[in-house]
Amino acid sequence: MGDYRKLWESLQMDLEKHDALCAVLPELYGSVYLSQKDRAEAMNYFNFVISEVHGLRIEELNNHRQKGGKVVGTFCVYVPDEILNALGVIGVGLCGGSQFWIEDGEKVLPRNLCPLIKAFVGAKISATCPYFQSCDLLVGETTCDGKKKAYEILAEYAPTYVMELPQMKREKDIKDWEAEIKRFINEIENLTGNKLTYENLKNSIKLINKKRRALKRLYELRKNTPSPISGLDALLVSQIAFYDDIERFTENVEKLCDELEKKISILKANRKKRLMVTGTPMAIPNWKLHHIIENLDAQIVVEETCTGTRYFENEVSEDGETIDDLIRNIAERYMKINCACFTPNEGRVEDIIRLAEEYKVDGVVYYNLSFCQPYSVEYKRVEKALKDKNIPLILIETDYSTEDVGQIKTRIEAFLEMI
Amino acid sequence: MFYIGIDIGSTATKVSVLNEDNIIKNIALPTGWNSKETAKSVEEILKKEGFFEEAKIVATGYGRVSVPYAHKTVTEISCHARGVYHLTKKDFTVIDIGGQDTKVIELKNGQVASFLMNDKCAAGTGRFLELMANILGLTLEEMTDLARKGESVQISSMCTVFAESEVISLIGNGEKRENICSGVIDSVINRVYSMVQKTSSSGDFFLTGGLCENDYIVERLSKKLGKNVKTDKLARFAGSIGAALFAKNI
Ligand code: SF4
Ligand code: SF4
Repeated sequence: MGDYRKLWESLQMDLEKHDALCAVLPELYGSVYLSQKDRAEAMNYFNFVISEVHGLRIEELNNHRQKGGKVVGTFCVYVPDEILNALGVIGVGLCGGSQFWIEDGEKVLPRNLCPLIKAFVGAKISATCPYFQSCDLLVGETTCDGKKKAYEILAEYAPTYVMELPQMKREKDIKDWEAEIKRFINEIENLTGNKLTYENLKNSIKLINKKRRALKRLYELRKNTPSPISGLDALLVSQIAFYDDIERFTENVEKLCDELEKKISILKANRKKRLMVTGTPMAIPNWKLHHIIENLDAQIVVEETCTGTRYFENEVSEDGETIDDLIRNIAERYMKINCACFTPNEGRVEDIIRLAEEYKVDGVVYYNLSFCQPYSVEYKRVEKALKDKNIPLILIETDYSTEDVGQIKTRIEAFLEMI
Repeated sequence: MFYIGIDIGSTATKVSVLNEDNIIKNIALPTGWNSKETAKSVEEILKKEGFFEEAKIVATGYGRVSVPYAHKTVTEISCHARGVYHLTKKDFTVIDIGGQDTKVIELKNGQVASFLMNDKCAAGTGRFLELMANILGLTLEEMTDLARKGESVQISSMCTVFAESEVISLIGNGEKRENICSGVIDSVINRVYSMVQKTSSSGDFFLTGGLCENDYIVERLSKKLGKNVKTDKLARFAGSIGAALFAKNI
């Protein structure tokens, strides 16, 4: 990494503490990622992005802002990137995935709260995440109670705007969401001084559809037995999707797919069990579960999570005569995301069963971040549905700490012996 | 050829030796601080008894990775299941109250059909009982003996740390020791019971692990589950017997 201290300083970061964070990441990345065998050449791009995660990309954000552009941070895949991009904003996903921030988060939040929330609040108040520091606005949403209330605390530290996300999926709710997107457009127009037009919105929709299509192509390749890419690598690509430059990212995912396509014909069969992970998101650098699983005789072939299929499935329809048509299309596409914050959420159960068949999985790991209520309550319904289909399932409830790694390993190992 | 299963648990290590037809030897020793050291002691014992030279060895338990001479490792969940099925030839729901963790394993045709394991916390495990016995200045046996004579007081906290202060304040309030002992046992039994509730098991129960030799625990557990909980004089060794059986497949 180059010397970015001046840049970090200008972002009012706590440099000393940030050094401590920077010290742990390379080692973790080395042992989890670089130690993998037979990785695709094209993963080098993503290695590079990670090695520059607090460097080059931050400089890009900074340059953008120097030129008068804005950067907006988001916390949920429901916040429409199409709008941000059309209005010249760089959107960055800000979910915190590191244990490093938990302690600071717990200074202002109860301990028995989802680690994702504790980490992102901790990242902001400790001023150690350059993405947070680069944001002109944070955009929250009314999903789970924990996040909803945490935005009130975040707002004390940075300008924060909250979108009201419906909790059901009736026609009325889609209309509400459409109206909410319009309010959001207003907000971002005011922030940037730019105006949303039919052209810039349509181009933005096309651009982001392309990105989704590239990710979908990557996932399609994982349907092959054996999958040409590890679950760890696929997860990394999904995580990077949240903050990398859209065009460059898409191009590199396509390159990766080209290489993997060629690789498929020379892959030898192995005895690894094929697993699906379903549940709560895994924000960078949360690689804990994938790392445990793929060090055993198993491969993760699909993630039904927001850092997986929920991020890219369904495109925004590009048909529409007016700007309102396009906005309606956006509302419709987003309301197809099946998140446990909605009731009912039968769509998710159907997705899991469909994906289990499409990806020919031997079993499903239900990943639940500790204290995430929506997903842990929904477990029962998923369990019942999978039981009816004779698909083996195991529940792993955990946070970012490493103390339970041994126990999780035993459980997964026993699960693999069972299926 | 000997088939040897070594089950290194957090408190006790169990070793079973099988030949083609029978279980010929079971050995138990404390695990101590270091499972690598324990594995060495086991190696010495096996050598002295003449089992080591021609043997297939499977290690299990939380210390399974510390046995360099094992040919294979298998988790304690699969081993307990296999061991119990070998001893009983029946599809039981196996309850294993271990030192660090408690497991409920459902069998179907002798195979693991599903299992549950407690989370990080020690509630409902042997460790919890040991801690509480310690606070009361008793051994585990003394604690269960006293509990038999007591009338259970409620210990409402499931968390070991809070339960500890609850017990201390009960002692401070002059509550009878036998009643506290009874309450402690109840708290473990309740925890195991709620784990069993989470499974769909309707079958018969079989208790393995260190506590299975304790009649009183078996009695209380049976009462709570509303079903006779079976066990066996070899139930302690279910894990190592299962491991030895896996050694036969190598
Ligand atoms: S899990 Fe739900 S709340 Fe969380 S990012 Fe996904 S859609 Fe948003
Ligand atoms: S994982 Fe669950 S609790 Fe955590 S932010 Fe997402 S929905 Fe909320």
